[in-house]
Amino acid sequence: MTDSITDISAMIIEKLLANPKVPRDIDGNSKIVEDLAFDSLAVMNFVMEIEDELDVSVPLDKLADIRTINDLAACLLTLKAAQA
Amino acid sequence: MIDIFAKHAGLRESYDGLTATSPRNPFEVVIERPVSASVGIIEGRETLLFGTNNYLGLSQSKKAIEAAVETAETMGVGTTGSRIANGTFGLHRKLETRLAEFFRRKHCMVFSTGYQANLGTISALVNKDDVLLLDADSHASIYDGAKLSGAQVIRFRHNDPVDLEKRLARLKDHPGAKLIVAEGIYSMTGNVAPLDKFVDIKTRHGAYLMADEAHSFGVMGTHGRGVAEVQGCEDGIDFVVGTFSKSLGTVGGYCVTDHDGVDLMRLCSRPYMFTASLPPEIIAATMAALEDMQEHPELRTKLQDNAARLHAGLQKAGLKTGEHISPVVAVTLETVDQAVAFWNALLENGVYVNLSLPPATPDNRPLLRCSVMAAHSPEEIDRAIAVFGEVARHFGL
Repeated sequence: MTDSITDISAMIIEKLLANPKVPRDIDGNSKIVEDLAFDSLAVMNFVMEIEDELDVSVPLDKLADIRTINDLAACLLTLKAAQA
Repeated sequence: MIDIFAKHAGLRESYDGLTATSPRNPFEVVIERPVSASVGIIEGRETLLFGTNNYLGLSQSKKAIEAAVETAETMGVGTTGSRIANGTFGLHRKLETRLAEFFRRKHCMVFSTGYQANLGTISALVNKDDVLLLDADSHASIYDGAKLSGAQVIRFRHNDPVDLEKRLARLKDHPGAKLIVAEGIYSMTGNVAPLDKFVDIKTRHGAYLMADEAHSFGVMGTHGRGVAEVQGCEDGIDFVVGTFSKSLGTVGGYCVTDHDGVDLMRLCSRPYMFTASLPPEIIAATMAALEDMQEHPELRTKLQDNAARLHAGLQKAGLKTGEHISPVVAVTLETVDQAVAFWNALLENGVYVNLSLPPATPDNRPLLRCSVMAAHSPEEIDRAIAVFGEVARHFGL
């Protein structure tokens, strides 16, 4: 299910936790750069994985406004709705 | 007062960490002087140069040196102006004509650097209503050009035509122009792009394709026109961008195309308009180096032989290189500490290569990036391979 921010956040967290370097206690409010220690390239590469899952493309300028996992989920939901 | 440098705290920490463990600063290597194309003096010692991008050795072309000297004596050393104001000399036009002829294209624009060629071409071709599809491993100049353009930027997986097609399909109802950007040879890894497959995709989806042949111009193809020439797909590439600072050994960049609309780019490409044009002696040296390159196709054969020799030798020594055989041969290591120690040991044993660190490298791993030259002798290549092997054994790799 990927039709709400909560669903998409859960899917993102599941994907993130597959990486053993990611802290175990993350939630939708975790900050991607600060809490997950992702650099700009790691963020872009991770977003590519999520894009495939949801069949959307996230333009790079949208990433600039994203701080938390929930922000990313909201962005993906908007893009998916626009594409439908 | 807010510390204006506070934003660099993370960078400072990484930099201090790196320089604390390294006997020398990897970002401040000084080549005191070149002895030849393949040997330079570093730290007072003769050192084999395997990190210069001087693929054909033409930075030391006698013909180019003589052309530069003669032109400096007759025309001076600078233009002191922009191409659209007082900075266009007859030589600039002559070089543009020569390059258009070389690439068999109708138009050519020359820029002051290769970086500006990407910045100036991309930012003039697309704007906020358009979409750029960039290979994920694109050079910084392509990303910066994208930012300057204001276009929507979508990355596709490196060298992956299926992923590109998927992303274009998602854009089928987007009203803007779509420009795909790929490089012929990727500067960090030496990977070669499947430009022929990208041409097929862009044709079916009504997109434009720009190829940055910076590292493949003069290097690949029977005539040196790059990866598109090798793959027989030049007609499908809308814009070819490149640089003089690799195979031709000088400095500057170009964009060639058959699209007539490019003429107006001269009036809207800010990196072309708002900078001083190339000095006359550089233009003269570039034209002479281009002639040298055309008169000596055997340089390309030698280069390919040398690339294959280094690639095979490093693999035989048990080191991890990319799969493509190209004049960029990168050895991948696992950790930054390992790469810094390895790079220092190579230099101390008389071999200079480039230390490339994340995030400037793909997949977050450090690289020891070698660039091969036609000017390298088989003995010099074997010596470099032997040093790589000794250092790897010393570190237990």
